[in-house]
Amino acid sequence: MKARIIITPKKAVLDPQGKTVQNALAHLGYTGITAVHVGKYIEIDLAPGTDREAARQALEEASHRFLSNPIIEDYRLEIE
Amino acid sequence: MHFAVLQFPASNCDQDAVHALRLLGHQAGFVWHKDTSLGGADAVIVPGGFSYGDYLRTGAIARFSPVMQAVRRFAEAGGLVLGICNGFQILCEAGLLPGVLVRNRALQFRCEHVFLKTARQDSPFTRAVPAGQLLRIPVAHGEGCFYADEATLARLEARGQILWQYCTADGALTEQASPNGSLRNIAGVCNERGNVAGLMPHPERACEAILGSEDGRLIFQSMIAWHEQAARAGAGAAPHA
Repeated sequence: MKARIIITPKKAVLDPQGKTVQNALAHLGYTGITAVHVGKYIEIDLAPGTDREAARQALEEASHRFLSNPIIEDYRLEIE
Repeated sequence: MHFAVLQFPASNCDQDAVHALRLLGHQAGFVWHKDTSLGGADAVIVPGGFSYGDYLRTGAIARFSPVMQAVRRFAEAGGLVLGICNGFQILCEAGLLPGVLVRNRALQFRCEHVFLKTARQDSPFTRAVPAGQLLRIPVAHGEGCFYADEATLARLEARGQILWQYCTADGALTEQASPNGSLRNIAGVCNERGNVAGLMPHPERACEAILGSEDGRLIFQSMIAWHEQAARAGAGAAPHA
């Protein structure tokens, strides 16, 4: 079982990295792109037999407390 | 006065901080991040560097070090804690200071001397700074852009928690004067109680004339003056860790 956590900068927070990548894409001729946001992707392997709901609760807590900073980032947790 | 200077894996301004504090005639010793005690220190310096390789976010891993539990208790008891550069980032991640430091707006690592305006003179970290005197102190960081939401910024202003702001040589708070795009030109803040502060510039690198500036001394001398005053005021006013 795997958990995936996708962390993105909050919309209100300036994302100079996303802006720079957007500009570079434009220079390379990729058109029609109105915004780029650069975030993080964290993949976590869970031990076989892990209780899905317990894992979700624990990882929600870890995502809020440690893996993301709620002042500047949002996260999405997926467990497959 | 005895300063505890914390050491995390990849701290790299710890030696400079100890050197500067001893130069000022005070005791300073290292405290390893796995220690659970601050060894009876009168004040704590969380130094600069790249703790844990800046992995995940700057300061995000160091904040969970065992020594940070001792720092939290020390701060809650009213002890003086100063975070410099990565130390500032760690204190923000730990929630001991408001806001967060993010990537410099221009995405460049900035390493240069800047001018700082001291926003208030009566804090434990600024009381030795003569009114109106600008501080010339170096910065060296890639992630020093102070960010907090508007409500938090307004609260910081209203409560006098902004201690230092980037300014021009004339003291003007212009956008160009800021090396990193910090909101409100913020270079350093303190907590609501006023006993925990952080700043991105490096006062420990500006304590000797040979280094081009001695203005950094004023920040450490402020802490020393506060401690001496608290010690005179009686036991309990100056906590030991």
